Amino acid sequence: MKRARLAANTVAIVAAVVTFFPIYWMALSALKPAGEIQSLQVRPWTLAPTLEHFERVLGGENFARYLLNSLMVALAVVALSALVAFLAAVAVTRFTFRFRTTVLIMFLVAQMVPVEALTIPLFFLVRDIGTAVPGVGLNTLGSLVLVHLAFSLPFAIWMMRGFVAAVPEALEEAAMIDGASRPVVLWRILFPLVAPGLIATGVFSFITAWNDFIFARTFIISAKDNQTLPAALLVFFKPDENDWGGIMAASTLMTIPVLIFFVAVQRRLVAGLGGAVKD
Amino acid sequence: MTHTPAAPLAGRVRHARPRATRRGRGRPLLYLLPAAAVLVPLFGYPIYMLGLLSVFDYRQAQVSGGEPTRFIGLGNYATLFGDERFWSILLQTLVFAVALVVVTLAVGATLAVVLTRAGRWPRLLLSLAAMAAWAAPAMTGSTVWMFLFDADLGLVNQVLGLDGFNWFYDKWVAFGVIGATVVWHSFPLVMVTLYAGIQAIPHSVREAAWLDGASEWQSFWRIILPILRPLVTIVVIQSIIWDFKIFTQIYVMTNGGGIALQNSVLNVYAYQTAFGSSEYGLGSAIGVVMTLILLVITMFYIRALYRTGERL
Repeated sequence: MKRARLAANTVAIVAAVVTFFPIYWMALSALKPAGEIQSLQVRPWTLAPTLEHFERVLGGENFARYLLNSLMVALAVVALSALVAFLAAVAVTRFTFRFRTTVLIMFLVAQMVPVEALTIPLFFLVRDIGTAVPGVGLNTLGSLVLVHLAFSLPFAIWMMRGFVAAVPEALEEAAMIDGASRPVVLWRILFPLVAPGLIATGVFSFITAWNDFIFARTFIISAKDNQTLPAALLVFFKPDENDWGGIMAASTLMTIPVLIFFVAVQRRLVAGLGGAVKD
Repeated sequence: MTHTPAAPLAGRVRHARPRATRRGRGRPLLYLLPAAAVLVPLFGYPIYMLGLLSVFDYRQAQVSGGEPTRFIGLGNYATLFGDERFWSILLQTLVFAVALVVVTLAVGATLAVVLTRAGRWPRLLLSLAAMAAWAAPAMTGSTVWMFLFDADLGLVNQVLGLDGFNWFYDKWVAFGVIGATVVWHSFPLVMVTLYAGIQAIPHSVREAAWLDGASEWQSFWRIILPILRPLVTIVVIQSIIWDFKIFTQIYVMTNGGGIALQNSVLNVYAYQTAFGSSEYGLGSAIGVVMTLILLVITMFYIRALYRTGERL
């Protein structure tokens, strides 16, 4: 029994080191002076950490602007999807109506659709919408907000549904008996109670929008100012020689926000997974 | 792209049956209205348009208005099915996805069992490391792995003493590196889900097996796995769907699908056909083929969900 424990500990630690290594290597390479990256004697540490890559990345090539763009798109998606998903989740958990199961199944099926293939019709759709409403046409951040909203909603609704269902209905009934109207019950009672769920759902919407590569690449063709992070990262790839210090610094900047958010919700996530199993 | 966690498992679902006696029959529809306003035009309509585009001759000339758009029925599909490249890409999409699913599940399941056996600190360390890999955007995961396997400055070549070996030159070697990146991103979901599942099995069950003299190996295959079967089915199907749709890693690591698209899968092929070669109709046809395949897998998924007792 003791030997089994020792073996498990060893495997766990080795796996942890291997799994974390790429992240460590990314951050380390971002901090290494250019000379050490170019050197053929690689060392898994550095004695002369420098912020030169970060300075170069944030200073040039509009990177700070792209960072802000990514942030604005992601936050807009979070706010909108939380609101819309909350209402839809209330509809499918607190009421019965015809086609309710059909609607639910559709939210599920929507999560499986190959989003990448849909870029083809969406490209033309966004182009056409742009002629009517310039704010959400090609080359705008608005178009990115719209498509990310659409693609994060099915999952957000599915997730919110669990959180809404967990709130005892008796609370709402009591408020209604006390004479509160439905909108009051919805916004004053239910909404605050599912706040943790809204945060967890919001984080996933944030990550979906933040990590996007394909839509930014497809929709933002010529407007340099409206690029988002993934496209900005590609700037450091050069045909003759890649600027690895810059790439790693940019990658680190792109990874940190999601890492923080992810750690913030991971407890809820694991609890949710476990809870579903126990049911 | 962060692996979307097993959707239906997330959140704590208490299955209280909604009541039919609520007043205001139009209200649920009112609440669904904002969602419909977003999803119908931006999700439903594009799917319809994808199908529509696939039966038209729609190329650069038609986009710019130089030539009229022509209905060609199943012409695009005929072109596609007559093209040897389509079949070879379809085949390698399937092979690659199956390999990824098998490896992801093997790694995830093994580490889930390891987690149940390990002490507090090793368990915490592995959980945190897995979270980091899970959270890392597909984009940055790809750039880091590319750097690790870089021909000249990559750590791997220097450690192995391979001078200037290009990992992205040979098709299957490149698939191997891309596969490793994908597995790194996706095993944490499997590990965390199965670990939670194993923890939910009453301790007495495992203890009984141990008292009866079952080995670790036996108790995993004969006891844990059968109990977790519904959960495993969901994880397997989710992995299949996910691995079938790989895009960013391939696109970034092989710069759009590799030399002559040798490393593309259906997804990348559809995108490149449409936006690389301006064959929008043909690209849409590939997208339709892909959607149909995923739809079939989704049917199995929904059936598996019903089996776990998840009530919709």
